[in-house]
Amino acid sequence: MATTTVQPVERENYLNKEYGIGSWLLTTDHKRIALLYLISITFFFFIGGFFALLIRLELLTPAGDLVQADTYNKLFTQHGQVMVFFFLIPSIPAVLGNFLVPMMIGAKDLAFPKINLLSWYLYIIGGLMMVHCMLTGGVDTGWTFYVPFSTAFSNTKVIEAGLAIFVAGFSSILTGLNFIVTIHRMRAPGMTWSRLPLFIWAHYATSIIQILGTPVIAITLVLVVAERALHLGIFDPKLGGDPLLFQHLFWFYSHPAVYIMILPSMGVVTEIIACFSRKRIFGYSFVAFSSMAIAVFGFLVWAHHMFVAGISVYAALVFSLLSYAVAVPSAVKVFNWTATLYKGSIHYDAPMLYAFGFLGLFTIGGLTGLFLSALGIDMHVHDTYFVIAHFHYIMVGGALMGYLGGMHFWWPKISGRLYPEGWARLAALIVFIGFNLTFFPQFILGYLGMPRRYYQYPQEFQVLNVLSTAGATVLGVGYLLPMIYFLWSMRYGKPAPDNPWNAAGLEWKTPSPPTTFNFEEEPVVTWEAYNYEELDAPHKQEVPVAR
Amino acid sequence: MFDNFPLWPQQASTTAGNVDALFIFLLIVSGLMTLLIFVAVVYFAARYRHRKGVLAEQVEGSTPLELTWSIIPLGVFMVIFAWGAVVYFKSRTPPRDATEVYVVAKQWMWKLEHAEGQREINELHVPVGRDVKLIMTSQDVIHSFFVPAFRMKQDVLPGRYTVAWFRATKPGTYHLFCTQYCGSQHSGMIGSIIVQEPAQYEAWMSGGTTGPLSATGEKIFAELGCVTCHRTDSQGRGPNLQGVFGKPVLLQDGRTVTADENYIRESILDPGAKVVNGFKPVMPTFQGLVSEEQLNALVAYVKSMAQPGQAGAGTSAMVSPQGSAPGSKVQ
Repeated sequence: MATTTVQPVERENYLNKEYGIGSWLLTTDHKRIALLYLISITFFFFIGGFFALLIRLELLTPAGDLVQADTYNKLFTQHGQVMVFFFLIPSIPAVLGNFLVPMMIGAKDLAFPKINLLSWYLYIIGGLMMVHCMLTGGVDTGWTFYVPFSTAFSNTKVIEAGLAIFVAGFSSILTGLNFIVTIHRMRAPGMTWSRLPLFIWAHYATSIIQILGTPVIAITLVLVVAERALHLGIFDPKLGGDPLLFQHLFWFYSHPAVYIMILPSMGVVTEIIACFSRKRIFGYSFVAFSSMAIAVFGFLVWAHHMFVAGISVYAALVFSLLSYAVAVPSAVKVFNWTATLYKGSIHYDAPMLYAFGFLGLFTIGGLTGLFLSALGIDMHVHDTYFVIAHFHYIMVGGALMGYLGGMHFWWPKISGRLYPEGWARLAALIVFIGFNLTFFPQFILGYLGMPRRYYQYPQEFQVLNVLSTAGATVLGVGYLLPMIYFLWSMRYGKPAPDNPWNAAGLEWKTPSPPTTFNFEEEPVVTWEAYNYEELDAPHKQEVPVAR
Repeated sequence: MFDNFPLWPQQASTTAGNVDALFIFLLIVSGLMTLLIFVAVVYFAARYRHRKGVLAEQVEGSTPLELTWSIIPLGVFMVIFAWGAVVYFKSRTPPRDATEVYVVAKQWMWKLEHAEGQREINELHVPVGRDVKLIMTSQDVIHSFFVPAFRMKQDVLPGRYTVAWFRATKPGTYHLFCTQYCGSQHSGMIGSIIVQEPAQYEAWMSGGTTGPLSATGEKIFAELGCVTCHRTDSQGRGPNLQGVFGKPVLLQDGRTVTADENYIRESILDPGAKVVNGFKPVMPTFQGLVSEEQLNALVAYVKSMAQPGQAGAGTSAMVSPQGSAPGSKVQ
């Protein structure tokens, strides 16, 4: 479906406008900042991935043999911290969101370009603190920092890790703030709320969670540091504190944080499915509304992480009920995506394959959430590999599939080059197979009772662990491939036309790569989102086949 | 052949079957949902694949359809919710006359003490077919008591008691795992639950013991001087503890609390927190003076005074097979 108009290569754009390291480090161009984020989060993704690889290798055998127990504890702790706080949370919003939010609404930049750069610096400062923490001994509390282990018992670098996440959190808050103001104030004439791409709705919902939720984890981490450093009695019962209070505060952010990861991914998938089905999305307003519903209900379910923690049975009852409420808007989205395919004209380019992968993995991840929200089942599978499998299906199967799909979809716009389609389809397939092989056996392991965070385990769990480790190596290959061919395409890829997918959306009306201020003149929007009918109409070279 | 590759955990408690039934129901429901989505996606993707010259047919959406696929799933979810709640409630409500075992968790060990005084480490012997109530606390960080074969899990917290119970249905040896990450040797904090036929269990129980836990508690009660204020008449400076356990207690500030394990524990460690109506807050704290095990013994002793005339006579909850527990049940 790619059209063949080739652009003159040396047209001025945001990439070649200025050269030199200073032009990047002091840039206020949202697209350049997006690339700064892309490089930094990719760095952290491979650190986190390396830890995951070591974890899976250790679990190949029941005995603890590859690394020491303490090393293993640091590996899973920092795998979690790096992947959650330094990869998944910034991934789509800070890279694709930064790049696309202004372009999709017809703006020249975000509302606060300098704050946007500041948020990248905060991320980098937090990231460097995390790297320093890891290089000088690391931390072993689990990414959850549960007290009183973290405040009174661990003899690792808890304070440094906590402060690193504290600082990075402000980056997330500022990005959210920037998006909200931008979406409210900087839409082009005619770009009404009901004409916004659903990617924007998803980012709007995400931003609300970021600015309301992140301060809570910041406060919580400060309290952990205060108790650990100054022995203030907040959480430790020996000092008169309450350890469950910590869990409430931690999950008040960390549950909605899952939606910070998955909502943008849902936005990406919505764009891809519409484009490669050549259709307006089915039930636009329901999909938009469900994002907002997820953002709101997402704040009311945190204690479903605590059903066996010692909360009252009545509290558990309420949080179980509310957890089912939040499942409804997620289900609505899946049904609407599926219905969008109906009577479409479906193309199987790599972004669409990732979107299909997302649909499959997110469905499984979502449905296993129903298991965990059921009080009677949670008391068996809580803190076992069932939970590990469930949240990887959502956060890796869902969020990461969406991120990769989006990277392929918008890569021609970002880089001005086409990626090699054949390799990309192969990579999508490898990721899908590798992912299922890695994580599906963990559902069974969990129901059998294998606890999470175990460095050694009883013999009978080995076969499933070997399957999982084998899958992880396949998955690793699947993640390396895009990294290689994206880099390759920057030099050798075919120059991309402005709109290689003939996609709807203002971002495709800019040159590839875009100029610094995106649009020559302010666009005026007179059409609805996903106007694929109009887009395809002028291309009717062939007479439609009679039915 | 499945010894090394089991696909379903063993069922060895009355709860296990309930949990599994709900789990199977959920497998069916989510299997059908997955199938529905999968078939629809594959069918649409194949049926409506791009053909030259054929345009997509725009479909705007449909409110009735949206309502259908919101309300039907919500209905199914409510069934799952209710069923899950029932299973959970049952397993969270210990039967009244359960055998009691006190559990003290520490990095990285389980210490278990039967009401009759037998102590075990990382092993717990229990009889088939009898309700066992676990009264658990931790000496350091949060741990979690998990027996997969019983489908039972409860976090064990420092500074308070949490309670769990089970009734084993099949003799055998089952895994006990700590499932709340607790430091270096978290994965080494494992043990066994040994479920025995009643006769075997009695034989095991008749092994060496220092006497019932409540008797140990009575000794400590005397040694620490508790007995000078908590007298068995109404002349003491502290409340008479006879018959107090399990009853509502009126506090100085007008609130009423139930005198459960956690209340007794708190009153020993932080006596000023909830002072009984009509008494002065004169009791000193015993925080740091009594170990978790001594605390358990004291709680067991206070419990044993639950029925008048039984002070120090052994825990009433413990029913020996001959039914000879003094005074508790006349046959």
